Amino acid sequence: MRKPRIPARLSRPTKNVLAFDTVESINWRALAPIGVFFLLCVVIAIFSPNFLSVSNAIRILNASAIPVVLVMGATFVILMGSIDLSVEGIVALCAVVTASLVLNDTFASDLGLWAIPFAVLAGGIIGGINGSTHVYLKVPSFMVTLGIGFVCLGIATAALGGFPVRISDRGFRALTLGRTLGLPNGIWVAAAAVAVAMIVQERTRLGRYVYAIGTDETTARQSGVPIERTRVLVFVLAGLFSGLAGAMAAAQLGQGHALIASGRLFTTITAVVVGGTALSGGVGSVLNSVVGVLIVIVLTNGMVLMGVPPFVQQGVQGFLIIVAVTLALDRRQLLVVK
Amino acid sequence: MESILELESVTKEFPGVRALDSVSMHVDRNEVVGLIGENGAGKSTLVKILAGIHRIDAGTMKFGGEQASFRSPRDAFDRGLTMVFQEQSIIQTLTVAENIFLGREREFLRFGIIDKRAMNAAAKVELAKVHLDCDPATKCANLDFAARQMVEIAKALSLDGRIDSDIVILLDEPTSVLERREIDLLFEIIKELKNKASIIFISHRLDEVLQVSDRVYVLRDGAVVHETASKDATITGLHEHMVGRQLDHRYYRENKQRQSLGKPVLSIRNLSIDGEFRNLSFDLSEGEILGIAGVVGSGREAFARCLGGLLPPSGGEILIDGRAVRLNHPHQAVNAGFGFVPSERKSEGIVIGLSVSENMTLAAGKRFSKFGFISFERERAECQRWIDRLRIRTPSTKTPMQSLSGGNQQKVVLSKWQIFGSKVAVLDHPTRGIDVGAKEDVYELIREMAEQGVAIILLGDTLEEVIGLSNVILVLKDGEVSARFEAPVGAKPDQIDLISKMV
Repeated sequence: MRKPRIPARLSRPTKNVLAFDTVESINWRALAPIGVFFLLCVVIAIFSPNFLSVSNAIRILNASAIPVVLVMGATFVILMGSIDLSVEGIVALCAVVTASLVLNDTFASDLGLWAIPFAVLAGGIIGGINGSTHVYLKVPSFMVTLGIGFVCLGIATAALGGFPVRISDRGFRALTLGRTLGLPNGIWVAAAAVAVAMIVQERTRLGRYVYAIGTDETTARQSGVPIERTRVLVFVLAGLFSGLAGAMAAAQLGQGHALIASGRLFTTITAVVVGGTALSGGVGSVLNSVVGVLIVIVLTNGMVLMGVPPFVQQGVQGFLIIVAVTLALDRRQLLVVK
Repeated sequence: MESILELESVTKEFPGVRALDSVSMHVDRNEVVGLIGENGAGKSTLVKILAGIHRIDAGTMKFGGEQASFRSPRDAFDRGLTMVFQEQSIIQTLTVAENIFLGREREFLRFGIIDKRAMNAAAKVELAKVHLDCDPATKCANLDFAARQMVEIAKALSLDGRIDSDIVILLDEPTSVLERREIDLLFEIIKELKNKASIIFISHRLDEVLQVSDRVYVLRDGAVVHETASKDATITGLHEHMVGRQLDHRYYRENKQRQSLGKPVLSIRNLSIDGEFRNLSFDLSEGEILGIAGVVGSGREAFARCLGGLLPPSGGEILIDGRAVRLNHPHQAVNAGFGFVPSERKSEGIVIGLSVSENMTLAAGKRFSKFGFISFERERAECQRWIDRLRIRTPSTKTPMQSLSGGNQQKVVLSKWQIFGSKVAVLDHPTRGIDVGAKEDVYELIREMAEQGVAIILLGDTLEEVIGLSNVILVLKDGEVSARFEAPVGAKPDQIDLISKMV
């Protein structure tokens, strides 16, 4: 429990009072990721002047587009105290679905942009399988999503015999490659995903319940929160975002194959945690995760600009996630660590 | 006057215990009813039945004139019976308004989107009823305890106008962590609430119960033993009803109480933990049993956990055999010679998945191993000796701990410290939740430990137990020692003497 900052303002019962009298103190821990982000930018800019250019900024935003869409779902899952490890599997399978539905070199179909709803739906269904197995068979989300992720990768590989499906539909590839108002379309798609996630987080019952469950499931249950339904829906939501990310990945690379998403899982979880969302649940927000993605992508971008060897880059990212978790934990309250 | 809530011969049994024995009581409209009783008298069982956590085994419960059986706390809440407990049901990461309407957001939905402005405005109306002056959009983590309690009461009052039936609010020990000023405000608010709801007020502090309630029920051993209008009651009168029966000397093996004690072993000087207890000092000799009495919130639980190394002291000194010891970690406490038997046996006292012998030698593992390898034969032999000696009912030393009864599990916990050779046993409610026969075995074992020179600090389940077993009794009240009683055989203090120093 955090130390209360605002004392009760109990007025004498004789007079009627409704005056504002709360000074919300600033929670520095929550703002830390933004500070880290700016600090990182300053340091990289000192070593590499090219970093602070409009074209590099756009490059960073464009590289952030797919990770941002992925963390939108992952944040809700982690806020609830669960984890979704099936990200790579869903993205790969949905990329394959997308590539197979638009004009391509393997299958005779030409759905164009209409392939996107199918990819998103496919992601949602897999998310639903994740959630239902987790909730109704009471399997820990860690195990379910790890397993389902591999199943998806397996299907994606087997369906194509290990070969990629090449997309020949230029119109579809505009989903990420085209530009609107000077910015790549992928950035707009990601922005729309953030907007949807923000509405869910701030303005829907699902959003409230995610925080309630992540903070104190017993109390939430006793207050009548539909725990099971909420959990399943959150995994469905995560699946929908992963499905969208799959369609984006297919459009970006012009193909769909089983390995299209490798490395996405690590980036996603790192970004959510670095952004300040607690793995124990209840604390964090989708906006935090957007900042988390920017930190991870800027760090990668900066290391490339500074000529850091790729394997060192991986090491730095691994180090970063541990530092972030270490900083975010309130160790005084932890007695048992697993 | 019309009864809102009526209990008729309500009985509730748990394995080995009859927690409620034919309890009948009623709560009238716009009435404040006080409910008092010692620890273990059945108050919490009654509360849990009213809140929908437990079901009744026999008897009837009527709410609003109709037969009622609540399926869950939420079910009870929806029908108008709400509770405010010490362990609050507030979710800290949500705002005040979100907490008040948690699970009931439907009212504020517009096409699936929550209308926050309408929800905050509705919350403000409820907050005004309890005169809590705060922004409904504030996160509950930013409120202090008293304010969160008011939020819970506001949540209960939000039913007013939303459901047809009357509202009953159960306040379980609402004042135990409040400051004097906050208590006065709470009482003023309770008086004002009387025209909106009926209230059941549960407290250890009898003066408060008499001050705030219209009528009082006294529970003892799971039964209502007394009912009176508050204006006709006195604190001493209520004490006597709470305590009731006379002591049985043989039950607590008083003939085995040591008359002469060994050399001094433990000295505690001005021990404090901020917010829990202050300036505790005493000496303890080998074979001495020190009982500590006090109500919930008196600081005695914190003191026991401190000696177990679970709550680091914020000031003072602890000396064992004249040497100062530090207790910042359970490991240090064990090595210093403290054997802590926690009240939460299932979660803290035993390791459920391990076997009887593994639990017994958990602390003293070193003695049964060489170069890190365990000598199973020696371990088994030692454990079998204790099983025979303590009459622990288990098929073998390898039996998993969870298949033993509560009493036998507790004997294993006690033997763990005996095998390790602790100098001071800290027993936090050692007989909680175990049946009468096993209790006697535990008493026997405590006497044996004393005979062998172990110094014992005892937090009893009942006052009777503390008085019966102890050589000396310290009474804690609001974190300070309010009295010290010598309790030699044949001149034991009275329960009423103790209670008057406790509350």
